[in-house]
Amino acid sequence: MSVDHDHVHDDVAVRAAALEALLVEKGLISTDAIDAVVDLYENDIGPQNGARVVARAWVDEAYRDRLRQNGTAAIAELGYGGFEGDTMVVVENTPEVHNIIVCTLCSCYPWPVLGLPPSWYKSPAYRARVVAEPRAVLAEFGLELADHVEVRVWDSTAEVRYLVLPMRPQGTEGLAEEELATLVTRDSMVGTGVPLQPVAAA
Amino acid sequence: MSSRSLASITSDDGATALPRKNGELVFEAPWESRAFGVAIALHDAGAIDFEAFRARLIAEIGGAGAAAYYECWLRALEQVLLEHELVSAAELEERSTSIAHDWAHDHDHEHLHGHD
Repeated sequence: MSVDHDHVHDDVAVRAAALEALLVEKGLISTDAIDAVVDLYENDIGPQNGARVVARAWVDEAYRDRLRQNGTAAIAELGYGGFEGDTMVVVENTPEVHNIIVCTLCSCYPWPVLGLPPSWYKSPAYRARVVAEPRAVLAEFGLELADHVEVRVWDSTAEVRYLVLPMRPQGTEGLAEEELATLVTRDSMVGTGVPLQPVAAA
Repeated sequence: MSSRSLASITSDDGATALPRKNGELVFEAPWESRAFGVAIALHDAGAIDFEAFRARLIAEIGGAGAAAYYECWLRALEQVLLEHELVSAAELEERSTSIAHDWAHDHDHEHLHGHD
């Protein structure tokens, strides 16, 4: 890293520390509350939550129906919901339709089921290009879709957050729900990927 | 705790681990996690309106030559707090100067984790 880079980095770190110190001193928030938030999003809330939702939908047709009709309520059945996920809409991939989510304005993302967004999701390039040329963006993620597959791009907002329900991989008929959940990647629930294939031995 | 501890989480259970970060850290530096945590804690405490914050964040991100994401996040947070008069520009400036002075005299950056 260059000296300049370190300087800029330190400058913003200083401002963040100053802001935190002032707010704690004023009693508006506590250091413990900040620690708890950071710990929650680093350790407890993440794509593993969404993976459980997807795996349940793969094995339980009635649950899948509920997920289609009211994503928020069906996701809440598994204990997930709340901040930045108040209104969830689940969009289902089929052999004819591939869904992909974005937030063109900033970084809206379904936190309760996917955690915080990866840096590429927040990048200007992804936000602009996935709308204009979704197939090209998907190809860069290594996902080549057949020509007949329709690509639908869902723009997240402050009010509505989307979750992609990917297709269950072939050859997973014998797998239990917990095993299926391990195949569900974050990118497959954003729409920039597909679930993992089970290892042959499984 | 350190945000760098994330790197070891994904492989704890080996093949049975659920997808978590797909190899990517949520925060790239400790200050990013603090700036994130401060905004959410303020919202949880009812001290700021998150939609007002989001509007500022959108403006920062959409501006010409926008800064890196969490720098936009921090700027948006500062603006909302200044507008709500929860902090003043003068005290923010004063505290920043004093922290920068302390850090310049201490090259052991352990204190970046202040809460550890």
